[in-house]
Amino acid sequence: MSQATLQITRISGHAGPVPGAGVERADQVCKLVDTTTCIGCKACEVACLEWNGYEFRETVFDNSYQTMPETEWNYWNLIKFNEHEREDGSLMLLMRKDQCMHCADPGCLLACPADGAIVQYSNGIVDFQQEHCIGCGYCVSGCPFNIPKFNPQTKKMFKCTLCSDRVNEGLEPACIKSCPTGCLHFGTKDDMTDLANKRVHQLKEHFGFSQAGVYDPPGVGGTGVMYVLHDATNPGAYGGLPKDPQVPMLVRFWKGPAKWIGNLAMLGGIFGLAFHHMRFGAKSENGGSEGGRP
Amino acid sequence: MSASRAIPSPATHESGDSIVRYNLSERVHHLLATVGYLYCLATGLAFWSPYLFWLAVIVGGGATARFWHPWFGLLFVIATVWMLRLWGSDMRITEADEAWKKAMPHYVRNEDARVPAAGRFNYGQKIFFWLMFWGAILLLLSGLGLWFVESIPFSLHWLRLLAVFVHVTAAFATIAGFMIHVYMGVIMVPGGTNAIVRGGVSRAWARVHHRLWYEQVTKGPTPPAGK
Repeated sequence: MSQATLQITRISGHAGPVPGAGVERADQVCKLVDTTTCIGCKACEVACLEWNGYEFRETVFDNSYQTMPETEWNYWNLIKFNEHEREDGSLMLLMRKDQCMHCADPGCLLACPADGAIVQYSNGIVDFQQEHCIGCGYCVSGCPFNIPKFNPQTKKMFKCTLCSDRVNEGLEPACIKSCPTGCLHFGTKDDMTDLANKRVHQLKEHFGFSQAGVYDPPGVGGTGVMYVLHDATNPGAYGGLPKDPQVPMLVRFWKGPAKWIGNLAMLGGIFGLAFHHMRFGAKSENGGSEGGRP
Repeated sequence: MSASRAIPSPATHESGDSIVRYNLSERVHHLLATVGYLYCLATGLAFWSPYLFWLAVIVGGGATARFWHPWFGLLFVIATVWMLRLWGSDMRITEADEAWKKAMPHYVRNEDARVPAAGRFNYGQKIFFWLMFWGAILLLLSGLGLWFVESIPFSLHWLRLLAVFVHVTAAFATIAGFMIHVYMGVIMVPGGTNAIVRGGVSRAWARVHHRLWYEQVTKGPTPPAGK
């Protein structure tokens, strides 16, 4: 979803400098998902489909309320349902709205080899530009949250856009607009952090959730989607939310030092062979049946 | 088969002087492997570095390159496996290769008088063959992981990363061998290109570069020329 009116601060697979690199905008946009007030109604799933023009379809029943096991190329927003047994033996139904986290340091963008197929706007949104996508799937390897998905018909990758088209026009994302309990909030990262901290304080002081906390993992530079969790020490209970997500070290090496090592090795090889020819020349014995020896 | 030489140039030895080094099947399979490898090399380097992405543009653009890369890769692997069928026995590394291995610095410096006689393939060619063969196998296995990356469950995320690592490492190993192979076949050993394209080499060439093989084939049904 190309949004040319927003300044672009990072471009995937780009040779040379990025026009908007280093641009800092005071307001980074952010979604706050308060899992403690989510009722699992799936209004956000439907709103996401409606706004982005995808059909609803049959669900995959797996003894759970969950619509399907994971997000798909045309299903970007999925509430993950997990039954969780607490220490006192009581059950909790944990519900977490899963979608692209819009990492400040996006692993998908780093891994992507296609110029301009993944961009990051100055407001923090990480967006796929399908017209430049080559469908290689490297973003799948780079993402620590299992978000980019492949459309086998068009052979392009898709994921949540954080409704960059709506945000660009001053609207909140479709999922936020549809939430009936107000567990979804949208605003600047600073405002959302304040709100999240207040809610965590409330959960600790008034509701006895002593482990309550905000999920804004530093391993990916913080995220444009934050969660309030009843138990921030166990994010895995919320549909497999990774405890300490990182851009894989191997992806960093592959896209960093390995490039220079590999390219220098190839250049060195070409120069080495040229040097060999200048120093030693071709084999002098006559062998070439056609135009052999000089 | 030497009769198939269409236009003998005046400098060419008389046709009776030429012997067959690679038959048509060997040459065709080598060509198929070449086509598969060159396409994968160009497009693979395009996916490797943004500064080489233009290589994908000249073969139809990034998405087209991405679509064909695995298919050309399969072509390369199949042709390589077929070459194992054709050349596997000749490529077996024997004790006789030890002496050649020791003399390799002389070979590199073109001091060929100090290099032991080689069979159909010398030790360097054998090493190159096995490098490309095992490289092809690793590229195939890791390439399947990259091709069907979403079939690897997210709980085995490390496998996706391993596939990237193995693919890149194996590719660079084959690139190193490939560069030396092309240099030697085209520039360093005159007559090499003609041998793999048209199949024939002169007796002198065979005697100098692969004397054991030359003695073996000239003892056969081919009438001896000099001896």
